[in-house]
Amino acid sequence: MEGAKTFAKLLVGALRDLAPIVLVIVFFQAIILQQPFPNLAETIVGLMFVVVGLALFVQGLEMGLFPIGETLAQAFARKGSLTALLAFAFCLGFGTTVAEPALIAVTAEAAEVAAQGGAIENLDMVKAGYADGLRYTVALSVGMALVLGVFRILKGWPIQYLIIGGYVVVVALTFFAPKEIVGIAYDSGGVTTSTITVPLVTALGVGLASSIKGRNPMIDGFGLIAFASLTPMIFVLIYGMVTG
Amino acid sequence: MIDHANTMMSLTTQVLWATGLDVLPIVAIMFGFQFLVIRKKPPQLGKIIWGFVYVLLGLTLFLVGLEEALFPLGQTMAKQLTDPAFLGGGLNGAGLVWSDYAWVYVFAAAIGFATTIAEPSLIAVAIKAQDISGGAVGAWGLRIAVAIGVAVGVSLGAFRIVTGTPLPYYIMAGYLVVIIQTLYSTKWIIPLAYDSGGVTTSTVTVPVVAALGLGLASTIEGRSPLIDGFGLIAFASLFPMMSVMGYAMLTSWLKSRHDTNQQETEK
Repeated sequence: MEGAKTFAKLLVGALRDLAPIVLVIVFFQAIILQQPFPNLAETIVGLMFVVVGLALFVQGLEMGLFPIGETLAQAFARKGSLTALLAFAFCLGFGTTVAEPALIAVTAEAAEVAAQGGAIENLDMVKAGYADGLRYTVALSVGMALVLGVFRILKGWPIQYLIIGGYVVVVALTFFAPKEIVGIAYDSGGVTTSTITVPLVTALGVGLASSIKGRNPMIDGFGLIAFASLTPMIFVLIYGMVTG
Repeated sequence: MIDHANTMMSLTTQVLWATGLDVLPIVAIMFGFQFLVIRKKPPQLGKIIWGFVYVLLGLTLFLVGLEEALFPLGQTMAKQLTDPAFLGGGLNGAGLVWSDYAWVYVFAAAIGFATTIAEPSLIAVAIKAQDISGGAVGAWGLRIAVAIGVAVGVSLGAFRIVTGTPLPYYIMAGYLVVIIQTLYSTKWIIPLAYDSGGVTTSTVTVPVVAALGLGLASTIEGRSPLIDGFGLIAFASLFPMMSVMGYAMLTSWLKSRHDTNQQETEK
């Protein structure tokens, strides 16, 4: 009974989360574009799927993703093995990124751009190789981002120096990288962190910061995602310079 | 209707499979380290496994629903809005200036805001931030601040594609603003603000925003969709950092004004 009540609450929350999209689409479709709504019944069924799915996701977040991220962080903190923790951080970053569908799509487009720009030969095999290389580069960069980010939490370094330092590197590399790769490099920071990785990584950082003495979860716990969005830009720019 | 139910079933199986493949490495790494390195059963393992099942099912339904209801409509709209015929510029769009695209900027802002509010990973971070800060950062306040950032970012990104101005200048100027804001922000909001840049662009926002970028870049003369279509995501990740730090500045300013007012009434 209690469970049903909580889920009903989550459903209402999901409806509210979705309302802005529905409003925007209805407004533009009916008033600006003055087009009819095709397949209205299907759209409504689809929206119901979205609402139930979002409610289930939030429920699963609190039951599964947050607790496992936090218990793992506490266990690592208690165990005290730096190597094991950093190895875990790397695996998590690399493993969740390398198979990310959004990244696969972006790298394929990047290969297309490189081929049209004349940086690589316009052959399917060459392009596939280029895309794979780029994908592994980005996955590597996310793995290293989490290693660096976890290390920062342990040391309690202020995040801004590292991130701003990273920006300076991005800006400097922009001047030397081939022009075609710049847009993709900037975008690659945003696409690497998927919906399942974000809650896990957040729980990991916050869990670590709360189980280490002298660390504040708010100041030290957040920031892992920021590293994971920054390093791909740097690595993709370098990849463009090396292959271009 | 039956045909449609069938396609939806096969789409659901497909998405379930793809999401499962997405979750698999995560599960393998989590449980691998749990059992090989930590060597201890996590408390309430059954509940955690159910949680993963919910996440998997939830994300699948969410994606199928989006695929069914929102993405086709959103993508068609992006195409129609960027169509020179709609913008009043004739077939090839010659003679259109940047201000003719007003509805495109409005749509970019509105859809950027709306998709960000529904973004599951942002919901997750907002819940965590509210818990950890003991309510000092409200989940809704944070989500709205981020959504405003994305709205401004996508809208400006659309303007950039229309005018064809170089992306790096915008990004560098943005970094400069972020750096200046960082100097004046309270310490505890900075990591969260930096994080919110990365979490905003995932499941819901990227497909619609990418369609808008591609639509713009392919209809405007002299733009290449492959080169100019990129960059909207970068804008959508940059501006939330500014808006979240701005939100923190605003709330602390309001609070201090409220406190001074109260002191004055007490006198």
